Amino acid sequence: MQQAESGAAVEWRGVRKRYGGTVALDGIDLEVRRGELLALLGPNGAGKSTAIAIALGLLPADAGEARLCGRPPAELDARRACGVMLQSAGLPDSLKVRELLELTCSYYAAPRTIAGCAGLAGLDGLLDRRYGRLSGGEQRRVQFALAICGNPRLLFLDEPTTGLDLDARGLLWRAIRAMVEAGCAVVMTTHYLEEAEALADRVAVLARGRIVACGSVQQVRARVSQRRIRCVSVLDAARVGAWPEVRSVCRDGDRIEIVTDQAEVVVRQLLFEDSGLSQLEVQRAGLADAFVEITREAA
Amino acid sequence: MDAATLDVPRVPLWRCHLLEARNEFLRLLRAPSFALPTLLFPPMFYLLFAVLFERRGGFEANLYLLATYGVFGVMSPGLFGFGVTVALDRERGWLALKRALPMPPGAYLASKLAMAMLFATIIFAILAVLAMVLGGVRLPAGAWLSLYATELFGVLPFCALGLWLGTVASGQAAPAIANLLYLPMSFLSGLWMPLTVLPAFVAKIAPLWPAWHLGRLALAAVGQAPGEALLPHVAALAAFGLAFVALARRRLARG
Repeated sequence: MQQAESGAAVEWRGVRKRYGGTVALDGIDLEVRRGELLALLGPNGAGKSTAIAIALGLLPADAGEARLCGRPPAELDARRACGVMLQSAGLPDSLKVRELLELTCSYYAAPRTIAGCAGLAGLDGLLDRRYGRLSGGEQRRVQFALAICGNPRLLFLDEPTTGLDLDARGLLWRAIRAMVEAGCAVVMTTHYLEEAEALADRVAVLARGRIVACGSVQQVRARVSQRRIRCVSVLDAARVGAWPEVRSVCRDGDRIEIVTDQAEVVVRQLLFEDSGLSQLEVQRAGLADAFVEITREAA
Repeated sequence: MDAATLDVPRVPLWRCHLLEARNEFLRLLRAPSFALPTLLFPPMFYLLFAVLFERRGGFEANLYLLATYGVFGVMSPGLFGFGVTVALDRERGWLALKRALPMPPGAYLASKLAMAMLFATIIFAILAVLAMVLGGVRLPAGAWLSLYATELFGVLPFCALGLWLGTVASGQAAPAIANLLYLPMSFLSGLWMPLTVLPAFVAKIAPLWPAWHLGRLALAAVGQAPGEALLPHVAALAAFGLAFVALARRRLARG
C-alpha cells in the first residue's frame, strides 16, 4: 500500500486544467525521481505554477492526477515528504525568522535544526530579526529555509532565486546541489536559463499547457541546430541576410551577428567575401536560444 | 530508502497547534494597529463612561457597562484578528503556502480562534479589575464566571463573521469594513448606552445584530436583564455563527 508502482517522487499523469475558457494545462505527463533535479521552463502563463499547484494539492486537476511518492497530494503524510517554496509568499511581517522556522519545522517528523536551516540558507545573524524588516533577497532566503527545514525528500522551488544577488544565488545553488546529491528530488521553475543549465539533470519546456520538449540539457539544446557567428566585417548586413543559409543578421557598430543552421558554409562565404574580416567567433546555441526556438515553434 | 515508500511519520500535533497559536498571538500583539485599540478602548471607555460619569443616564452604569463593554471588547479580536489577518494571508500567499505545507488541517483556524479567546480573556480581566477597583462593582463569583463564559462563547460568532470578511475582502479593505461593521453595530446594539435612551426604532431592529443578543446574555449574567429568556439569544448567535462559517467555506472552496 505504501509502495507506488513507478517509484517516482512526484508524477503528473494526463493532468488537464482550465480556468474558464483558458486552457492552463493540456495533458501533462511527467515524473521526477530521487536524486534528480527537473527544471520546468516556459514563458509566463505556460502553466508552470499551475502544474506545481496541482502537485501540491492546492488546485484540483480537471482530468488526470498528480501523485507525491505515490500518494494523492491531499494526504498530509504525502506532503510531509515535501518542502515548498512558492513564487509569491508574503510571510507575516511581524514574526521573527526563528518563530517562522520553529513553526514550519513542527510540521515535519524529522526536521533540521534551526541552526542547520540558517546555515544552509545563509540566515546566520538574521534569526531574531522580524521578517518585514528584511531585504527582498533575505526574505527569499527565509522562504528557502522554510522549504528545506523539514529535510524533505521532494522539493518544489518556484522561481527560487528571483531577486537574489549573485552571492546569495550561489549559496542557494550549492544548497540545492547538496540536497540533490543526498537523494532529494527537486522540481524547479526558473526564468534564468543559466540556472537550469547549471543545476538541472532534466529540463521540461512548457508552452501553452503542453510539454513541448523534455530531456537532458544537452538533448534539449541539441534540438536546436542553430549557431551564432560574430565578427568584425565591412559586409552589408542586408546582403548577408539574403544568403539562403542565414536565418537572421544584425549589425552593431562594426560587428555583425549572424544566426544560422549551417555555420561552416556561412563562415566559408564570409571569409571569401571579406578578406579583412576579424575577431571571428562561432557559438553553439545555449539553452536560452533553444528555449526561444522551441517555444516559438510551439506558439 | 526508496522514494516511493513513506514511513508514516509521527508528528506531535499538539506542538504544531501550540506554535501556530503562539505565532498568531505574537503577530497580533506586535501589530499596534490591532493590539492597542483592541486592548485599550474597552477599558478606556469604561473609565470614561462608567467611572467618571457614573449614573448620569439613570442606570447602573458601572454594572451595565461592565457587561456591554465586555461584549464590545470580545467582538474585536474576531472581527479584526480573524478578518484582517485572513484577508492578508490570502492576498499575500501565506495561506497558499501553509496549505501546501504539511500543516495539520484545522491548525490555521484553531490558532486564530485560540488567539481571539486569549485576547478576549485579557480584555475581560482588565475590565473586571477596573470594575472592582474603580467602579465599585461587587458580584458573586458565579456571576463573574457566567459573564466570562458568555464572553468566551460570544467570541465564536464574531470569529465566524471575521472569517467570512477575510475571505471576501482585500487586506487593504478589511480593516475599514471591519470598523464599519464594528462601531455602528456596537452603538445600535446598546453596547455604549442603553437602547431605552435611543429612538424606538433602534430597539426594534436590534434583534438583527448579533452584538445585541450577546449584550442581552452578558447583562443577564450580571443581573441587569431580569426575566430575560436566554435560549433565543444563544440560538440566534449560534445560527449567525454557523451561517457565516458556511459562507466562508463556500468562498474558500472556490479558491
